[in-house]
Amino acid sequence: MNLLINLLGLALIVGIVWWFWLSKRAAPAAVAPAASVIMVKDGVYEPERIQVPAHEETTLHFLREDPSPCAEYVVFADLDVSAQLAVGEETEVKLPAMEAGEYPFACQMQMYRGTLVVA
Amino acid sequence: MIESKKVFTLHGASCASCVNKIETALNQVPGVIQARVNLAEKIASVNGRVDADACVLAIEQAGYGAELATVSDRELREQQREADQKHYRDLLWRAGLALALGLPLMAWGLITGEMSVHAPAQQIAWGLVGLATLAVLIYCGGHFFTGAWKAFRHHNASMDTLIALGTGTAWLFSMLVVVAPQLLPEMARHVYFEASAMIIGLINLGQALEVRARGRTSAAVEKLLQLQDVSARVLHNGEEVDVPVGEVQLGDRLRVRPGEKIPVDGTVLEGSSLVDESMLTGEPVPVKKAQGDFLSAGTLNKNGSLLFTAEKVGSETRLAQIIEMVKNAQNSRVPIARLADRISAVFVPVVMVIAVLAALVWFNWGPEPKVAHMLVVATSVLIIACPCALGLATPMSVMVGVGKGAEHGVLVRNGKALQQASKLTTLVVDKTGTLTEGAPKVTDLETEGDKDELLRLVASLEQASEHPLAEAIVDAAQERGIRLSTVQHFEAIIAHGVRGEVDGHKLLLGNRKLMLRENVDVDHWQAAVEALAGKGRTAMYAAIDGKAAGLIAVADPLRSDARSAIQRLKNLGLEIQMLTGDNGATAEAVATQLGIDCVHAELLPEDKENIVADLQAKGGHVGMAGDGINDAPALARAEVGFAIGAGTDVAIETADVTLMRSSLHGVADAIELSRATLRNIKQNLFGAFIYNILGIPIAAGLLYPITGSLLSPVIAGAAMALSSVTVVSNANRLRLFKPSEINA
Repeated sequence: MNLLINLLGLALIVGIVWWFWLSKRAAPAAVAPAASVIMVKDGVYEPERIQVPAHEETTLHFLREDPSPCAEYVVFADLDVSAQLAVGEETEVKLPAMEAGEYPFACQMQMYRGTLVVA
Repeated sequence: MIESKKVFTLHGASCASCVNKIETALNQVPGVIQARVNLAEKIASVNGRVDADACVLAIEQAGYGAELATVSDRELREQQREADQKHYRDLLWRAGLALALGLPLMAWGLITGEMSVHAPAQQIAWGLVGLATLAVLIYCGGHFFTGAWKAFRHHNASMDTLIALGTGTAWLFSMLVVVAPQLLPEMARHVYFEASAMIIGLINLGQALEVRARGRTSAAVEKLLQLQDVSARVLHNGEEVDVPVGEVQLGDRLRVRPGEKIPVDGTVLEGSSLVDESMLTGEPVPVKKAQGDFLSAGTLNKNGSLLFTAEKVGSETRLAQIIEMVKNAQNSRVPIARLADRISAVFVPVVMVIAVLAALVWFNWGPEPKVAHMLVVATSVLIIACPCALGLATPMSVMVGVGKGAEHGVLVRNGKALQQASKLTTLVVDKTGTLTEGAPKVTDLETEGDKDELLRLVASLEQASEHPLAEAIVDAAQERGIRLSTVQHFEAIIAHGVRGEVDGHKLLLGNRKLMLRENVDVDHWQAAVEALAGKGRTAMYAAIDGKAAGLIAVADPLRSDARSAIQRLKNLGLEIQMLTGDNGATAEAVATQLGIDCVHAELLPEDKENIVADLQAKGGHVGMAGDGINDAPALARAEVGFAIGAGTDVAIETADVTLMRSSLHGVADAIELSRATLRNIKQNLFGAFIYNILGIPIAAGLLYPITGSLLSPVIAGAAMALSSVTVVSNANRLRLFKPSEINA
């Protein structure tokens, strides 16, 4: 019984590490076009990966449905761009032209997280 | 889609029948709760869970045109505040409900100590309590569970994950005790329903307090938004008509009466008045405005009526630019936050691992009842950990700090500039326009005859000159109400001065070289000239009909507060160096008067940049204060560029810090504010780190050998709820910041 509980505990730790770090890197979510409305709700951006053309200015559209303070801002730290998202309103966020690559974006508390895929 | 309000601009609606048609069409769109048409303003307001395109289509099918109206910043902020209020009330309500169940349960446990299941009757009683707790978990904390589940599916973990795991584990264990107590040892048949309910209640209460405290952090932008007037008085065909400010066009002529706010930027056509610009510049003294002067939207017309032309409207006004800049800066990150960002990114899964490890430690090495202890430590670890405190530590302080700066006429471009301004060791200051007024003025007139007559003659001569010093002499004569005569045979002699004839007198005005060339003896004026040069003034000899008649001295006067500002900056520990294109003697004289030890004179713009680079190469953290236009290379090279120029458009576009008032005190204000903000950020980060570093081990049972008891999950919940509120409240302390100039 003791061994079983310990094995279960260790399996749980391995599961946490795998699910939140390893599997996430292995299988990124599908990429959505920049024109999509990004829903801000229940702790996630949907879609969370956004395809953006390289070397072109882009506008993203966020619709925040989560009234909690955590969802209040979206921060593109690498681009030094951030915006306050109004509740129940579509907020446009203008982004500068970027080099190809992946740029993370997040709420100010790093809970909501998404990725810009610039190609 | 959530319930929201959308506003559409209508085209073609002109009567009550149109109103009915449009309202009927809109009310048939799926999701519309209520549609209202305001014929006077030609707008339709729609409430409900509705798609904007569907509404536009419905209006078009009814035979009218429509487009989604753009919402002004002010309206957006109002909506935001309404949403926050609604969220606040909702959180309070949920907190009240959860605590209404949790508190009596907790009291029962404390008073009777009967929180275990040993008999069928207890199973039924606690089973009912369990169901009531489940209802509370679903109604008051359902959003934590849905958020956690959604985040989990996306391989993310958030605050919701910790709360859902903590409360869910406590409830599931308790229900296991109720349903199958025989599976657990006698000592471990304890229920924790009160912990689940109390934690949900306390976290909702904490979030409510946080929402309320956060509302105060954006007070500065609220104030700026309130400066924007909603209507303007426009002249149409000779009549004054009140129109919404959004309809004012470039070139419109507007009337602003005493006591009214200036609605848009423009230039005065008629009238004169005192205008209070303190809300934009921090300058307390009202400024006199007359024909040709510039007016800024948001400033207050005090005592006269002004007619002016609209030159910048909407988002182009200086006020709109300031609001935009403040909002952007408030949202920006400071480099010091990077560590917290990196930790926040892995925080929740790490806490989950710690919770499992703590449970295993208690299972393997802890005293009986091991299962109960495992549950308590795992739940407490999950609940006490607070990534929110880490995440909020920086943005809250930046928001308040940047807003506070705007209140004092200090516009900070971003968080990076705010942080770097706190570390400056050297400040290089441009002389002209920064330490001085930037406009030469006549300072001395020395003659053995009539001063006014000499001034009349030389000013009449200088009318024909385009030299800046000539302008100062003509202005001095006009200020004294002296009527000028016509000049004849005017001649400008390069690097010497000017000559001409006024009222039959042959006049010379220029330097010693001119007088030597024209054989005018000026030896007895030599000592006075040297004394004036020692004060940083440019002295010119005047000769009438071949004889020395006197001296006229011109200087760019020092700003009245330059000396006190330099002293203040020195008190802040900065080394001050002066940069100027002027000659060495004048520069040294100015530096001596202001108490500046190091002077770099006779510089070209690129020289200024090189000096900044040299200082940086020697390890200095260099700030540069200039007018934002001529000093662009040096301002860009410096770690922080302070543009002093009453917020010209160019400065707002390029400088790290724009000072809305033309005073070096603004630089001192900015540095004091940045230091106060950084101190506040460090306090917040320290508090958040220490809270988690101490809280998690204590929750895991570190103090058990000393205290003989484990931390209650309820206490952990209360601590977590308070940690975010503490961070926000500490950031709000920055609102009390006052520059030392005001305190002095």
